[in-house]
Amino acid sequence: MLSLLPVLPIVIPLLSGAISLLFWRSLWIQRWIGVGGTGLLLLSTLRLLSEVERTGILSVQIGGWAAPVGITIVADLFSAIMAVLAGIIGFCVAVYSWYGVDERRQSYGYFVFLHVLLMGVCGSFLTGDIFNMYVWFEVMLMASFVLVALGGTPMQMEGAFKYVTLNLVSSALFLAGIGILYGVVGTLNMADLSVKLAQTADPGLVTTLSMFFLIAFGIKAAMFPLFFWLPSSYHTPPPAVSAVFAGLLTKVGVYALIRVFTLIFVQDVVYTHNLILIMSGLTMLCGVLGAAAQFEFRRVLSFHIVSQIGYMTMGLGLNSRLSLTASVFYITHHIIVKTNLFLVSGVIQKMRGTGDLKKLGGLYKTHPSLSVLFLIPAMSLAGLPPLSGFFAKLGLVIAGLRLEQYCIVATALFVSLLTLFSMTKLWAEAFWKPRPDVAEGEDEPRSDDEPMCLTMILPILVLALITLTIGIGAETFFNLADRAAGQLMDPTEYIEAVMRTRS
Amino acid sequence: MNLLLAIVIGALYSAGFYLILRRSIVKLIIGLSFLSHASNLLVFAAGGLTRGRAPLVPPGSLAPVPPYADPLPQALVLTAIVISFGVTAFALALVNRTYQTTGQEDIDELRRTEC
Repeated sequence: MLSLLPVLPIVIPLLSGAISLLFWRSLWIQRWIGVGGTGLLLLSTLRLLSEVERTGILSVQIGGWAAPVGITIVADLFSAIMAVLAGIIGFCVAVYSWYGVDERRQSYGYFVFLHVLLMGVCGSFLTGDIFNMYVWFEVMLMASFVLVALGGTPMQMEGAFKYVTLNLVSSALFLAGIGILYGVVGTLNMADLSVKLAQTADPGLVTTLSMFFLIAFGIKAAMFPLFFWLPSSYHTPPPAVSAVFAGLLTKVGVYALIRVFTLIFVQDVVYTHNLILIMSGLTMLCGVLGAAAQFEFRRVLSFHIVSQIGYMTMGLGLNSRLSLTASVFYITHHIIVKTNLFLVSGVIQKMRGTGDLKKLGGLYKTHPSLSVLFLIPAMSLAGLPPLSGFFAKLGLVIAGLRLEQYCIVATALFVSLLTLFSMTKLWAEAFWKPRPDVAEGEDEPRSDDEPMCLTMILPILVLALITLTIGIGAETFFNLADRAAGQLMDPTEYIEAVMRTRS
Repeated sequence: MNLLLAIVIGALYSAGFYLILRRSIVKLIIGLSFLSHASNLLVFAAGGLTRGRAPLVPPGSLAPVPPYADPLPQALVLTAIVISFGVTAFALALVNRTYQTTGQEDIDELRRTEC
């Protein structure tokens, strides 16, 4: 049973999704399976992380076919951490969706697709085979396509359209890259690719090839200049769906970038990683400037996803152990915080019926506790101590200074300042300013706010506490991230774990 | 054969990208399926083409006699075709629904999410 541990995060959502399908007509059972299934997923990923932390990298050869022929499921520390994060987000959003998603959407299979989405995400994190990763990406995309379009309001259809198109282009490029990679190297197992490419006769060709993957994953991760689809689609579906997307989907792209650019494409680090560094700087800057111009709660947050992606890939671009540590730490922090912010925006939207900052206001007066729950992740995102975002940014800045990359460090600090500005804008507009009177020609605002329900507040509270914990106990998490980065920088352990034949 | 495939793949890619850049939604979908076909053919061609040598194991031995056609790219293409079929079907349903709800067939008019 223990040897199958790395497969569990894929199998559990698959089963939960399938069982939910059997109870198509009973929302009640689907909700319980939603909460129970994601809860089990979270437990299995936690167990996986503790096992990987204790005994080193785990691998399972699917069907008993030894690597590099068969498909290998590998869990190193980085994968395990990402899987745990997927479990946390899945569980919190499943609880939140109980009342956070309307019954019509739920009756059309919302929970089923949530499970499938989590399966695709965990599969992408845990696979050790590049083509298998493509398949998991498609599983995840298919579920996300349905989730983004489910409900069918005109706004959603437009958003879904942009989302689907850009992701399909990215998939086609990814597949083309895999095809050429197989033609050049003759293997698809990532560990085997790493070994064989280390002694390649033609590094120029491999670097060209790596650009396919940079563009494909860059689109998924919403890096500059490929990010335009994100802010125009993420705010259209219900907030619970936006929260999962914001937390997990783009981070799958970042995960894939870090995986292939530490394990496979390390032939011409000066060229590829400097390119990533430049893209990171521009991603940060464009995202935050875009956010400054927005006046809709979730659109502001969407642009901030873009800008935060820049920080994560900055650690990859700097390419040292410390910078990768900071990247892993940053991803951990960001997934928790960003999902939390989207969940808060959902509560506000449900209460007031709008996410338009100009129409919001006065929330601090009526709901002081909710305001505090917003303030914690918002300040964490901006990077104020002692919250998790501060340590994540500190790590990146120190790593950048040690490598004397002053330009990117300056950009990171400047963007951080603008993030703070943007978060205070949200605070001032939605919470602090008095509630605006009815403007002419508009519907009368509801006199009473809808009451908040406990299942929507509880996940927010849990995520806020996790942010605080990561901030206060930063050393523990930093050490874990450091070990994960150690495994990424020196792939020998990964390769040995995959190649070790075990049935 | 390689040259012919290269030309076909190039033509499919350029036609696909051209169609994606048009304003009509239907052309966009056709363009997307061209792109996925081009990628499938690219996987097929990049794996190396060997004519008339099926990878069959002769009786009494454990491996086929080289040179034989590599079966793996074909398996990959098969998987990718199935995926792209499903995705295209979804995209068509989405087009239909978008047209029903927004009444627009022109991508430039789908601008409500931008501001």
